[in-house]
Parts: sequence; C-alpha cells; structure tokens
Amino acid sequence: MTAVLPEVSSSGTSLRAFLHGLPGVDQVGAEQRAAMLATRSIKTTAKEWAIDLAIRMVDLTTLEGSDTPGKVRALAAKAKRPDPADDSCPAVAALCIYPAMVPVAAPLLAGTGVHLASVATAFPSGQAPLSVKLDDTAAAVAAGADEIDMVINRGAFLAGRYQQVHEEIVAVKGACGAAHLKVILETGELATYDNVRRASWLAMLAGADFIKTSTGKVQPAATLPVTLVMLEAVRDFRSATGRQVGVKPAGGIRTSKDAIRYLVLVNETVGTDWLSPDWFRFGASTLLNDLLMQRTRMRTGHYSGPDYFTLD
Amino acid sequence: MFEYAPAPESRSIVDIKPSYGLFVNGSFAEPTDGSTFKTISPASEEVLAEVAEAGPSDVDRAVSAARDAFDRWAALPGATRAKYIYRLARIIQERSRELAVLESLDNGKPIRESRDVDVPLAAAHFFYYAGWADKLEHAGLGPSPRPIGVAAQVIPWNFPLLMLAWKIAPALAGGNTVVLKPAETTPLTALVFAEICQQADLPPGVVNIITGAGATGARLVEHPGVDKVAFTGSTEVGRQIARAVAGTRKRVTLELGGKAANIVFDDAPIDQAVEGIVNGIFFNQGHVCCAGSRLLVQESVYDGVLAALKRRMAQLRVGDPLDKNTDIGAINSAAQLERIRTLSEIGSSEGAERWSPPCSLPDRGFWFAPTIFTGVTQAHRIAREEIFGPVLSVLTFRTPAEAVEKANNTPYGLSAGVWTEKGSRILAIADQLRAGVVWANTFNKFDPSSPFGGYKESGYGREGGRHGLEAYIG
Repeated sequence: MTAVLPEVSSSGTSLRAFLHGLPGVDQVGAEQRAAMLATRSIKTTAKEWAIDLAIRMVDLTTLEGSDTPGKVRALAAKAKRPDPADDSCPAVAALCIYPAMVPVAAPLLAGTGVHLASVATAFPSGQAPLSVKLDDTAAAVAAGADEIDMVINRGAFLAGRYQQVHEEIVAVKGACGAAHLKVILETGELATYDNVRRASWLAMLAGADFIKTSTGKVQPAATLPVTLVMLEAVRDFRSATGRQVGVKPAGGIRTSKDAIRYLVLVNETVGTDWLSPDWFRFGASTLLNDLLMQRTRMRTGHYSGPDYFTLD
Repeated sequence: MFEYAPAPESRSIVDIKPSYGLFVNGSFAEPTDGSTFKTISPASEEVLAEVAEAGPSDVDRAVSAARDAFDRWAALPGATRAKYIYRLARIIQERSRELAVLESLDNGKPIRESRDVDVPLAAAHFFYYAGWADKLEHAGLGPSPRPIGVAAQVIPWNFPLLMLAWKIAPALAGGNTVVLKPAETTPLTALVFAEICQQADLPPGVVNIITGAGATGARLVEHPGVDKVAFTGSTEVGRQIARAVAGTRKRVTLELGGKAANIVFDDAPIDQAVEGIVNGIFFNQGHVCCAGSRLLVQESVYDGVLAALKRRMAQLRVGDPLDKNTDIGAINSAAQLERIRTLSEIGSSEGAERWSPPCSLPDRGFWFAPTIFTGVTQAHRIAREEIFGPVLSVLTFRTPAEAVEKANNTPYGLSAGVWTEKGSRILAIADQLRAGVVWANTFNKFDPSSPFGGYKESGYGREGGRHGLEAYIG
C-alpha cells in the first residue's frame, strides 16, 4: 500500500488534499442506483444459494450492557450450529461481543472455524484517550479475539483532523497484532456520502482489513446507498493498490430480503470476489433467525412458526 | 457466482383478444374494408393479435365522431371533465400490472421499465392534467381559454402508453376531442386504454383510437375535419406532416428526433455519471428520442470513465423482457434492428472502435447487444445521425467551450446532460446548450409538470406542464 501511495498520509495537508480530491458522490444518483438494485427479484435456486451465503456471512452480535456469560455462551452455541434441527445449515462467520466477554467465548469457539470478534476502542463513542483504546484492543486480543471492530474518532474526522484519525487507526492496527481489524465509520454520524467515501479511504490507507458502516447504536445504521459507496471505495482501492479490503454493513438488517438486497449490491458493484465471508459480513442479531426461517421454508415448502427457531 | 434464477412476471394477468377493431364513437367496430395486420412480440416473434387497419372511410368516421362529440365535451364544466380524467388515471393505476405486462410483450421493453416508469408516469400525466381542467383561466393563456377542436394525434412505438398519455391528457383537459393513432408495431396498450375509456364512462367520441400504419396516419393528419395535429416520431415523417398541414388552419406540435450530448466534466461524481451514461443510452434499448447518444468526456478523465463504463456495461442483463431482472429487452422491430445494424457497420467502416460486453442473445426475436464506439469524431455519421438503439458514440473535449460547441453542433436539440459537482458550471453550461431539456447530474428523468420539447429539427411545441396546455388552447 505505502509503496503505491507513499506521500498521501505523510502529512495532514497531503492527506486532506487526497481525500478531498476523490470524486464526489451525487446523493440522488447513489440512492437511485441502490433503489434500482433493490428491485432485483431473487427466486428459487438463487434465493437458496443467497440465504446460505448470508448465514455464513453473519457476525452474530450481542453488544448490550446486560450481556452476561450465560447469554454469551448461548449465542456461541448458536453461532456454531444455528439450526439444531438441520445438520446441513452452515455456521455463521463470527461471534461479535464486548471485550469483557471474550474470555467466556474464546474456549467455546476455539477450533470451530467461527471467528471471535470483539468491539474495542471505547465502543461505541470512541471518546476516550488513545492509550485507553489501545489497552482495550490489546486486552481483547490477549483474551482470544481474532477480529477487532474499532470505532473511528468521528469528533476528529468531523473537525477535519484526518491525520489524527489516521494515526489512531494505525496505532490500533499495531495493537491488533495478527487479529483482523474492522474499522467502524459510524456513517450515521458522518451524514454525507462524500464523508463516507473519504472515511473509507482514510481507514483503508491506515491499514483496515474491513470497513464497517455502524455500531448499531446510532440511527441511521447500515443503508444500501452507504454500503454502495463503501463498496465503490474498496473496489477503487484495490485497483489503485492491489490490496482487497472487506465491507461489513451493521445495524438494521433484519430480514432475509434485506440481506439478499445487500448481496445483489455486492454482486453488481464489486462482483464475486467479495461474495465470501472473508470479504463481506453482516453485523446483525435478529437477521439470523429470519434467514433460518426462510431456509427451512425453501427446503420444506412451508413456514414453521418462530417458535421452531432458538431465541438466544 | 451469483446466478439470478429466472424471475418472469406472469402473463396470466393479460387477456389478449385474438383480434381488435377500431375504437370509434365509444365502441369497437370492424374496419369498412376488413383489412387487418398482425402485431408481434419482438422478443419471440410470436403473433399476439390481429389488429384492424383503418382505411379512408374509417378515418372519416373517427374524425366525425370526434367532431360530433366536441361541442358537448367542450361545454362541460372544467370540474366535470376533470372528474373523467381523474377516473382514467385511477383505472390506469388499478390495471397497472396488466398494462405493464402488455407493454413489455408488445414493445419488447423490460418489465422493470414498463412497471416502474411507463405506466406510473402515464397515470401521473392524467392526474396532472385532470388538475388543470377547471383552472384553465389561471394558466396564463388569456382570460377565456377555448379548446381548439378535434386533435389528430400520431404517436411512436417507443413508449406506447406513455406517449398516449402525453397526447390525450392535455387535449381532454383543454376541452378538445381526439383521434389517436398508435404505432403499427405497438397498438395493444392503446386498445386497452380504449376499454378503459368505456370503463370510465367517457362520453362516446371524445377519444377515438384507430390503428394502422403510415398511410392511416397520413390520412388522419391531412383530414380536413382536424383542427390540431400532434405528432411524436421521426424527423423525416415530421417534415412530411409539416408540409401536409402548411397553409391550412391546423395547429401543429412536433416532437422529433435527437442526438443528445451527455457531457462529463473532470469534476463529475464519476460513479453516478457512469450510471447516468448507461441510463442515458441503454434505457428502453436506446429507443428514446432524448437518449444521451453522444457521450462527451473531458479528456483528462477519459481513461477512468471509459474503464468504469465498460465494467458497468458488463453487468447489463439482456434478455426476456418479462423477466424482472432484465435491464435491456428486445429491439422493437426487424426494420429498426436493421437500421441499428447498418449504422453500426458504418461506424466501424468509418474507423471508430466498436465494443460490446460479452453477452449471449436469444435466438428468436430482435436483439442488439449494448454497444459503444470510441474514437468517434464530429465527422462520423454515428455522431450525427439518430441511431435510436443501444449504441453510444464516445467523443472527448478539452475545455467547457469546446464541450458546448460540440454539443450544439447537431441539427437536433432535444436534450442534453451535464455532469459536474460545480453548481456554477451547471448553470453556465445549461445556459449555452441549445436543447429543450438539460439534465444536471441525472438523465432521462421525466415528470408531468415539466415541459418537454425540442430546438431546431427536434421539433416545436412543448408537452407536459403548463406549457403543454398551450398546444390545446386556442
């Protein structure tokens, strides 16, 4: 990366010049494109395929003050085996929890292929000193998290201090060690698509492995047009640098229909290279049960009531 | 690979009759001499129905039915005419799925477009002009606006129902009666509209629909009982009509061809500009008079824009018009396909570089892959003549002045597009473009409240909006 765009992040001025030199996003046009793709009709075999892929892309999430070891254990079991009644149902991509819960989940997921993601860096606001954010990250990694979902410093971003945002991401990336870093932009607070595009590039320049829309604690969370703009950013970043970065919409994606719309968006914006849990994830909690319900209906021809799917 | 399974819209909602008569004076009647022609589905060449071919005496009957109905229709209070027009709008909405499927069958356009664009806009035009019917005194057309009389309306095959709405809605709102002739390759939705007129209890003779080819159209516009001629179609036929009505009392509006420039500046929102380029030329298979068929790209961003455009074009889904995921449907007729092929071959032989994404076309029916030509100059025929198909000519420019000069260097002047994030540039360029519609950071956007029409050989008169009433008020 640094070999291709070495000068960009060398100073606040060059970083600003680069980010403000990216092509603008026309709001009406971007929303219109996302709305058109949402009309795609995904049926029968295509729907079955998409639902299984979506299940494999879920970062099954609980991020509540009321989370307990019991709750986390239940969710870990569900992550490994979402549908106890059907062996053919794939596992989800990861379990996503607070750092304090990582020691509980780590032994349960070790060796299962389900990743353990922990939010860090004073999630969800990011309003803490950098040293606290780094300790937060290091503790989660030490306890067994192999994916870190950090939040960017939106205060610094909106104040135009791009260099500071960049340095913080670089530092957190350092604290991650071998763990994958997902950088949450909190697009609901960035407000404009131009900001979303700039923040996406900023995060990728700083070393993000994934860029993620939202914490889920701010409305609006993930939307199709925001995800479209982020997908365009990872596409353009790869053609500029050769490095592929993943995308994770999170928050507000509740139904299979929603999830399939996102997969269509991925398919027609960046193509099949991103249609894998390695490069695209859904941050969600209630989505999984709807995917399971639709999956069962596709296989059996009828809907089972919600009581046939586990509530964890 | 994410392969979308077929998602065809059901045909069962449409009940196509084996044959259709002429809609004259409120009921369907056989043509005097019994001649008929067939209308086919351009996607499969399947015969959909037999349609009556109106001869001279049929045209006479239709015009006199409209003449007889005129005095009573014109004398109705505006609010009463509005009631009928609102009713037509509502029935179009109620029968929207049927109309969309039928339009896609008869025309070849994708169901996504007929469902999301053609039919909703047709209903919107009736709603919009229904609102004017009792407010004509306030339209700025004088203190006591009066209808013109009997309107002869001849419409094209590219947006059959929508062009019908553009013609009939303002005519009825103004108190005129009409005889409308749909294009010979796409008569079916107009004939369903005739049924809708019956369903709405529209007084007999207010709307008459006669089917036939060019000879029927010529007979209609030349008929001495006609007071007003409205035509949308080719510039060539437009010229014939202008000659035919010269020296008569008839008022004329013509909406003809175009060769619109879509201008992309280096500070454009590139991703959306690429969408706009695609929508500008591939919407409705490029069968759009205001299509953005000449892309003018600033040379400094040419490589990036072209790469993005090709990448995007590779995503276009060409095929069954009734599949809900189809982006590009069938070419409307064998004759039109032949014209597109001929002009494309001329493009290649004149030295432009032709490119299409890999795409497999169905064996039956009329198909043409989305195509771009690069290395095109102002001297190429494909940069000057209207192709009316999914074929884009790409040219470059260096400065805003050069962009304007090239954009205006055409006998046409129907529409244009400007792509830049700089608001002041949009206004400055739009001021200099000799085109009836200038879209900024979008393309092919239509609204009933917005007037539409051309400069130069793209025609005269405006349709849509308050301006559209003027053509139907004496």
